Amino acid sequence: MADDAPVIEVRDLEVSYGWGRSTTRVLHGITIDVAKGTTVAVVGESGSGKSTLAKTLVGAVRPSAGSVTIGGIDVTAARGARRTAMRRKVQMIPQDPYSSLDPRRTIGDALAEAVDPRRAKVTRHADEIVSWLETVRMPADTLHRYPHELSGGQRQRVAIARGLIVRPEVVIADEITSALDVSVQAEILRLIARLRVELGLTMVFISHNLAVVRQISDEVVVLYRGEVVEHGPADQVYDDPQHEYTRTLLNAVPGAPGFDIEPRRREVA
Amino acid sequence: MSRRRNLGLVLGLSLLGVVVVIAVLAPILFKTGADELGQRFAPPSADHWLGTDAAGHDVLLRSLVATRLTLLMTVAATAIAVALGVLLGTSVWLMPRRLRELCLRAIDAMVAFPGLLLALVVAAVLGAGGSSAVIAIGVAGIPYFARLTGNLAAKVSQREFVSTARLLGVSPVRIAFRHLLPNMSEPLLVLSASTFAGTLTAISALSFVGLGVQSPSYDWGKLLNEALPSLLADRPFQLVGPAVLIVVTGLAAVLIGDGLAAAANPRAARTAAGGASTRRTSQGTPRDGYLVDVQELSIEYDGKQLVKGISFGIRQGEILGIVGESGSGKTLTAMALAQLLPDGLISNATRMTLGDLDLLGPVPPGLMAQTVGLVYQDPGSTFNPALRMGTQLTEVLRTHRRLGAQAARRRIIDALGTVRLSKPEQRMKQHPHELSGGMRQRAMIAAALATEPRLIIADEPTTALDVTVQAEILRELKRLNSEFGTSIMVISHDIGVVRALCHRVIVMYQGKAVEEIEAAHLTVASAQHSYTKALLEATPELTLENSHG
Repeated sequence: MADDAPVIEVRDLEVSYGWGRSTTRVLHGITIDVAKGTTVAVVGESGSGKSTLAKTLVGAVRPSAGSVTIGGIDVTAARGARRTAMRRKVQMIPQDPYSSLDPRRTIGDALAEAVDPRRAKVTRHADEIVSWLETVRMPADTLHRYPHELSGGQRQRVAIARGLIVRPEVVIADEITSALDVSVQAEILRLIARLRVELGLTMVFISHNLAVVRQISDEVVVLYRGEVVEHGPADQVYDDPQHEYTRTLLNAVPGAPGFDIEPRRREVA
Repeated sequence: MSRRRNLGLVLGLSLLGVVVVIAVLAPILFKTGADELGQRFAPPSADHWLGTDAAGHDVLLRSLVATRLTLLMTVAATAIAVALGVLLGTSVWLMPRRLRELCLRAIDAMVAFPGLLLALVVAAVLGAGGSSAVIAIGVAGIPYFARLTGNLAAKVSQREFVSTARLLGVSPVRIAFRHLLPNMSEPLLVLSASTFAGTLTAISALSFVGLGVQSPSYDWGKLLNEALPSLLADRPFQLVGPAVLIVVTGLAAVLIGDGLAAAANPRAARTAAGGASTRRTSQGTPRDGYLVDVQELSIEYDGKQLVKGISFGIRQGEILGIVGESGSGKTLTAMALAQLLPDGLISNATRMTLGDLDLLGPVPPGLMAQTVGLVYQDPGSTFNPALRMGTQLTEVLRTHRRLGAQAARRRIIDALGTVRLSKPEQRMKQHPHELSGGMRQRAMIAAALATEPRLIIADEPTTALDVTVQAEILRELKRLNSEFGTSIMVISHDIGVVRALCHRVIVMYQGKAVEEIEAAHLTVASAQHSYTKALLEATPELTLENSHG
């Protein structure tokens, strides 16, 4: 399934915000490898640092220590043209489909900008754009539509097409289904599951929902307060969680086997 | 409706139209007439409607002829302020952070410096004259406009499509032209209109004090300057022409600005029709055994039915769940029950009662607050961040129960203990931001409990919370229900949540209740309606059956 060298290598990553006494440590000692063609899910609750990890991977946040290499290039050390090239190798699909598309520009404009950031001419790349719209199961005439004419799920499909049209080596999906209704979420997850196989995507899928990532990930990383508390193949993490926090998280999902909210006689917390 | 709203815009545009026509035609038609010399200081007459000035010129004709120069100067100065202001304000957001902070502070400092004083300095340096007045007023307007543009750009540049473009490798200049400017064009247009009015008065003021247009040219300010001795000599009519024209033009610009702002803001165009229900008493026959009895409830907005005749009941001590996706009408149903429908929504029902209380008729707010307790979705935004928790939590008790401060405090501290919030006394003194999301939600449930309501309506009570915290809050609601027998109505998009928490569940889809089912039967196998099945199938679950291990 995978080549020898991992596409993403995160080594002893430390990220802090603020200076001096007000320094807050957001990520601590993160080491993760993502092999080519695999999907690693990063799961954690609010404050776990999962979004900061995503931003660090795309180079939007500078680590205070450690390194992030993607395709052999150090993300944080890259400058100038090398950095621009580097940035196009890693694409982030953002969380909120309502703010990730410019309301004043058509879907065609948005995709053309991804293909050619300089000129962004739709006519020049119409064929490529339409074929990618079809890949995410959107009709060709979406090209001339504006974001407000599309539903949340359709916008998220467009955002996915925009992320993939660049043919990135790595895709970072940051909570891409959390703003959607469950039936739409299921559609998007099916789409991602299909594209992952068809295109051989290397992906980091970030989510707060353990149930969501099960179907689409090869490995699962559980983050808690900025540290990796569990990392392993998906089946192992779900069926035989090693860390206490992972068990708590699994049992907190309504409908999970360990989920229980029946009143118990317990002391005041 | 919107046409009436935009009366100001129409009026402003027609006023400006008249002024522009004057500016175009007056110098062609009246130039010779305005230069003719006649009797000095003549009072208004059939020949000279507004009299003549110290040199014997017709004041009315001169005022009309001056329109062109005044407008041109105002437009030029506004253009300088707007163009350079927008350039500065936008480019600030494309700079590296340190440089940006420096520039923003510099702009702040310049805004604090009086604009007219800056204009006087510039005019004094460049020498008196029309073009230096234009440059002076234009330059003086830059910081103000730059700051407003900077604020707008700050908001737009934080949106995800801008950061995405940046990650795609789009250059900063292109980001500015492609994404920033189009998304702030409306407010900028509105601001430009009001800047125009300000510039008009500023330029006129410069000419009035003699630093603007010099003889033999004249604009409105210069005419005012010439009229000043007449005013002091009891001949005020010489002032009327330029003064009226300045006021009319300024008014036109302000009206256009306000009209554009109203047109750009869709909320301003909406009329607020009262959310009154048309029928005032419940008609339908009561059904036995229900605390809450709702029959044929429909809610419409603007002729569109959002909830289409839903009937349900809640028994004493029961937890009823309403589940559905966005747009299904689940929240509207709950809000209608609490008489909290937003303005413009009209509800209709044959019966809506809570015990012996008729919810279709008017219910005193105090009685309502004691009968129904509300728990909202986002514990972050329901509390006022400026007030201590104690003040906010005791408010209902103090206003509606008329309890004293001490009694209300004791009651709330008890309730906080009931929902097992740690250190209740200390929490009362804290501000909302000092509590975690789960703690705030516990506090809100405590406040809802404190009035001993007969029904608690919880609208997505755990949606904004982490799963581990969600499980705690669900456990709390379940415990309160079984210990105190309080009826609870839970609204949620999460079928897993309602199945775990509720006794009975109503599935809503596009304004209709498509299925009513015991929570225990909420599985793909026992659900009847295809939408319920689809919803269940779409919900990702953690079950051991799917596992490979």
